[in-house]
Amino acid sequence: METLEPLLAEHPFFKGLEPHHIRLLVGCASNVRYNPGEFLFREGEEANKFFVIRYGKVSVEVYQPQKGPITIQTLGEGDVLGWSWLVSPYQWRFDARAMELTRAIALDGKCLRGKCEDDHGLGYELLKRFAGMIADRLEATRVQLLDIYGTHCGKTKK
Amino acid sequence: MARTAAKPKSKIGETDNQFVPRQWVIERNARETHDTFTITLRPRDGKIGCNFACGQFNMLYLFGTGEVPISISGDPSRPERLIHTIRAVGTVTQAMARLKTGDIIGVRGPFGIGWPVEEASGYDLVIIAGGIGLAPLRPVIYQALQKRSDFGRVVLLYGSRTPDDLLYRRELEKWRARLDVEVLVTVDRALSDWRGNVGVVTKLIAKAGFDPLHAIAMVCGPEIMMRFTATELLARGVPKENVYLSMERNMRCGIGLCGHCQMGPTFICKSGPVYRYDYIKDMLTRREI
Repeated sequence: METLEPLLAEHPFFKGLEPHHIRLLVGCASNVRYNPGEFLFREGEEANKFFVIRYGKVSVEVYQPQKGPITIQTLGEGDVLGWSWLVSPYQWRFDARAMELTRAIALDGKCLRGKCEDDHGLGYELLKRFAGMIADRLEATRVQLLDIYGTHCGKTKK
Repeated sequence: MARTAAKPKSKIGETDNQFVPRQWVIERNARETHDTFTITLRPRDGKIGCNFACGQFNMLYLFGTGEVPISISGDPSRPERLIHTIRAVGTVTQAMARLKTGDIIGVRGPFGIGWPVEEASGYDLVIIAGGIGLAPLRPVIYQALQKRSDFGRVVLLYGSRTPDDLLYRRELEKWRARLDVEVLVTVDRALSDWRGNVGVVTKLIAKAGFDPLHAIAMVCGPEIMMRFTATELLARGVPKENVYLSMERNMRCGIGLCGHCQMGPTFICKSGPVYRYDYIKDMLTRREI
């Protein structure tokens, strides 16, 4: 029977993980599929998984009353979605919605947290990868916040 | 190392005096976004137009108001018309936004050293624009599409503030419809009716299909965006000598005399606006410059 092992092993996010760690991950992984408009998770819900997007596009949104959902980021093929499963109180801070048919590998956060407690080597490897991803997203968010294309950023105003 | 100025194919001034503007007639003034417009000009004297290289700029003079440096955003193979896309942010450009068909404008130029389009022949061409930075790169896109077989993969990555701030929307859709060009667009923020990407333009670099070791990247946008973009290109493996940026300072004379646009040991109007990244890398992070 075909397992998710080769898919995870080949993914850049998990590159360099020991085969036995990959096998531990596979034990917490499942294939999922979302139709356009379907939510992968919603703000305030328990964050008990993260996703490796295999195909499709997902928007990370925040809902603003009177304005509706505002998209703050989109993720696509190859991207990893969600890190709230790793940080207490394990609650999603945003909504994630499929913009088109999306297929992903979902990794059960609760299951993974247990395995990381048992195997600190796996925990450290995963933390390194998620720290890199979080730093990357933080940097991108900072650039977005700078509003570099706004008129106030123009050097010369003639 | 610094690139040397290519000899201009022709002067557009009525005399050899580069301080004397030539009069051009507004043929069309079209709104692009809420604060950006594109003017199309034809020479008032009916003589030859303006031969320019991709990435060069003109000094546009609104008589009685002032003069501004604006990149040429038209097709270099059509020198009979001059096209400039301008953002209305100050006194002169806001007055220019009100120009109507038949109004007269003064033009000096073209000035500066443009994009190394010929040197990019045989390479993958990666064009990365942020905001109004797409305007100085549009001539490159025109030229690359006209000589498509000269290049490997052609990639356009474009970032904007919101979907409403995207320039040349119809052309973007036309370019994206081609099978031989990869066009990826992203915006910094959007409502849920936007079906495209949301995020910074640098994040598109990892998703684009090009061979980093055989690619030439041309980047134009706000300086912060260009710094981050260059870092991301290098991280992907593009050699620093294959990355080009277009710089902006307070250009006045256009010929390297007045010193207003000095950046380190160079005058942007003369040695730029397009520089090779390895030449200006250190200057980009020095605050005094």
